[in-house]
Amino acid sequence: MKVLMTEYLRIDLDTENWECRVCDHVIGEARDNYKKGLLVYNRDPADIHPSIIDPTKYKFTFCPDKDWVNIYEFYCPCCGTQMEVEYTLPGHEPLYDMEMDVDALKAQWSERDELLEPTTGPNVMVDRHSHNH
Amino acid sequence: MSKQKFTEQQLEDQELITKFLKDTTLFLGPDPEIMRDHSIMPRTQNEADCLEKYTDLNQIASIRDRLQSACEEGFEMVEQMGAAPGAKWGDIITGIYSASGDLTVGSASGVLIFSALVHHPIKFIIKNWIEEKTVGVREGDGFIHNDSRYGNVHNTDQSMILPVFHEGQLVCWVASTVHEGENGAIEPGGMPSMAETSFDEGLKMSPFKVVENYEIKKDLLTFLQNSVREPKLQYEDMKVKLFACMRLEQRIKEVFATDGPDALTACLRQTNESVVTEVRRRISEWPDMTVRTHVIMDSTLRENVLMKMNLTLKKKGDRLIFNFEGSSPEITNRAINTQLPGMKGMVGQAFMNHIWPDLPRGQAGLSHIEFETTPGSFVDCSYSAPNSQSLMSIFQAFTVAQHATAKMLYSCPDKYTRVLAPWHNMINTFIWGGVNQHGETLGNLCADLNGMGGGARMDRDGEHSLAPIFATMADIGEQELNEEEVPFLQLVSKKMTTNTQAPGKYRGGMGYTQIAATKDSDQWGFMTTSVGSKTPTIQGLFGGYAAGTIPLCKVADVDVYDVMLTKPEQFKHSIPEIMNEQPFDNATYSTHHLGLGFDISKRGELYMISQGSGGGYGDLLERDPAMVIQDIEESLITADWARKLYKVVFNEDTLAVDEKATQQLRDDYREQRKKQGVPYDEFVKKYVKDTPPKDIPFYGSWNGENDMVYCGNNEKRDAKNPGPIYMTNPKDVSIAELEEELAQVREQAGLEVKDKRK
Ligand SMILES: [Zn+2]
Repeated sequence: MKVLMTEYLRIDLDTENWECRVCDHVIGEARDNYKKGLLVYNRDPADIHPSIIDPTKYKFTFCPDKDWVNIYEFYCPCCGTQMEVEYTLPGHEPLYDMEMDVDALKAQWSERDELLEPTTGPNVMVDRHSHNH
Repeated sequence: MSKQKFTEQQLEDQELITKFLKDTTLFLGPDPEIMRDHSIMPRTQNEADCLEKYTDLNQIASIRDRLQSACEEGFEMVEQMGAAPGAKWGDIITGIYSASGDLTVGSASGVLIFSALVHHPIKFIIKNWIEEKTVGVREGDGFIHNDSRYGNVHNTDQSMILPVFHEGQLVCWVASTVHEGENGAIEPGGMPSMAETSFDEGLKMSPFKVVENYEIKKDLLTFLQNSVREPKLQYEDMKVKLFACMRLEQRIKEVFATDGPDALTACLRQTNESVVTEVRRRISEWPDMTVRTHVIMDSTLRENVLMKMNLTLKKKGDRLIFNFEGSSPEITNRAINTQLPGMKGMVGQAFMNHIWPDLPRGQAGLSHIEFETTPGSFVDCSYSAPNSQSLMSIFQAFTVAQHATAKMLYSCPDKYTRVLAPWHNMINTFIWGGVNQHGETLGNLCADLNGMGGGARMDRDGEHSLAPIFATMADIGEQELNEEEVPFLQLVSKKMTTNTQAPGKYRGGMGYTQIAATKDSDQWGFMTTSVGSKTPTIQGLFGGYAAGTIPLCKVADVDVYDVMLTKPEQFKHSIPEIMNEQPFDNATYSTHHLGLGFDISKRGELYMISQGSGGGYGDLLERDPAMVIQDIEESLITADWARKLYKVVFNEDTLAVDEKATQQLRDDYREQRKKQGVPYDEFVKKYVKDTPPKDIPFYGSWNGENDMVYCGNNEKRDAKNPGPIYMTNPKDVSIAELEEELAQVREQAGLEVKDKRK
């Protein structure tokens, strides 16, 4: 059985591995940090958050200061999907963000049916077409 | 160790000692026993008896519904009649508390954080004033409170608390809390960034009796009015809160008449206990795991520094533990610290807003959740450190809580809301004060603080400027109405700030631009109190990005009202046009971080800010090209930037998407990622450092070594006992730099210093 852990990650309870949900690539052991099986890139914040006012004239420009913050991007080495992004201090180690208790997960899912798509929760959107008064 | 057995004599002695200590206490200061406990009180004998007597869940539900609608009625009253801007836009709560002081039913809308922290002052009253012969608690009494060291978020919030009796027996409590704004602090508006000690924060009301026989005592009222800049508001809102509480009391007495006081007691206890049970059940459904996250704060509102908000969230069985070790130590003379309950309340808010919005708005929702903090850190500051800008730290606590819980929630089969990326978390608004066009002294803020961009959800974009993280259903106010009372205009407002979205498969909801200029007063000024001008204040989720940063832009030496009369074509309606084109002759254009201390403004000078975007969700290469085009059409993003960011190919004129070319471009980019990305170990070797950046003051733990914290200046201290940290006034820093520069210039120029004596 496989458990969907994030938008792009799942755990195969039988093999105890992290897998990519996009390309099925086996990333690494579920008892370890999945990031160890990914590619990492230190992204320049200006690539994502543009200076909307002129950086040659002004100190603060809507663009983060790259000496103060780094953006780590984590990619699936097989399909290139961006699985995780971490805003962090320059030079800080990437966080071990999801440390799983695999045995507990197995026990928990032994009483559940496998989900191929994640549940979303109750739908509270108003159906706009039903209000024609 | 065997159980100790005391003789009767020993017990008597102990009682005498306790009484002696109680009678000789010189000061009933903030009480850690009350303040460090957020759980519901143990079941009392009376509650147990009532629960045994009343077991019909239908009756209990019917009483609870009546209490809930009473709270909504009280909420409406305060919102409609309250004078404070905060009251008008819903920055309030009304609630019903058990005899032991636990909040059981709170108004559904409004500021939910209050539901986790207004119980502390009631518990203080119960502990100290009921038996105290000079005070006492009787029918018709009302107690006022604002000091955050006795409960509440910050001193700008004031509560009115009334006991409810039945035939002489205390059955429950009712309370109403409002973000009042002005409170006589060193800066107007109630949230001074300049506070360097707790005594700079204005009124410090420990809970005291201000109402007898349902009437406000005039002598105490006058003292309070005399201590603040808005004496009329102080009076009006005390009356409004009192009458809302009296209405709640009336509704409760109607329940006494139909069902009896014991049924009400059973209802309150049953509600709280069943919520705790349900919370434990829901937590059990989450996967057992540990999630680590952090956000970075870039300012104390006085100077730019790096402060870490660190969270290790551990879930095991039915236990959920928020561990904040490794977070920045308190800055002892800066206002951004928080008392522990404020931080817990904000985490509670994350649950009530975004995780379990279906649970009753009470204290029980948070009761079972555990917290681990380091006393003396900025999430659990000492009683002497100021906390008037605690919003800065507790908002970061909200974000890490939201970010970490999302990673636990995704796999759960039963969800009560969408999994979503962190909401924007900063109050980008203008706080204002001075003398208005009618000659009245005012100090308060614009309701635009309520327009934070919503986080992107697992199946759709975030909503623009939707709601603040501290209230799900709050209003952003009518600027035209405000302008009747304040002497400034918002020349641009409610216009989304282009190219500031947090990208992802689903993007965050965006914020709007606000451009304000004083018009009809010579004594008026603004301040802004947000962090996030150098580093983003949130995280994205599952490959989505955070929002960018937001500066304060100012244009001085101009009167735009003159410009509008004489050269109207010069006025522009966006920050980039004004700042990049510099359209006004001889004006001075400058940018600043968002921690602007109170600044006297001249007529027609521009103060320009923007709200922020909620976080993005998922890989941006998966964003539906049609949604990218829609954002271009709505001026949320420019065509150039959309093409570059989202790798979408479209016709410049028709905006028709070339699906095939887009697919190719995106496939190519995925290949490029595989080239630019390096394996984890190699990346760590290349980029990870053993110490924080040398030239930036940093506060907090480094690389997960949470037993030591950096305290600026590359100095490491014991995290358990970091000691006080005092910062130099930024003006003194600047003067020292200028003096040094001047000395160098003098030396180079060969100028003698006239008086060399030290
Ligand atoms: Zn993949």
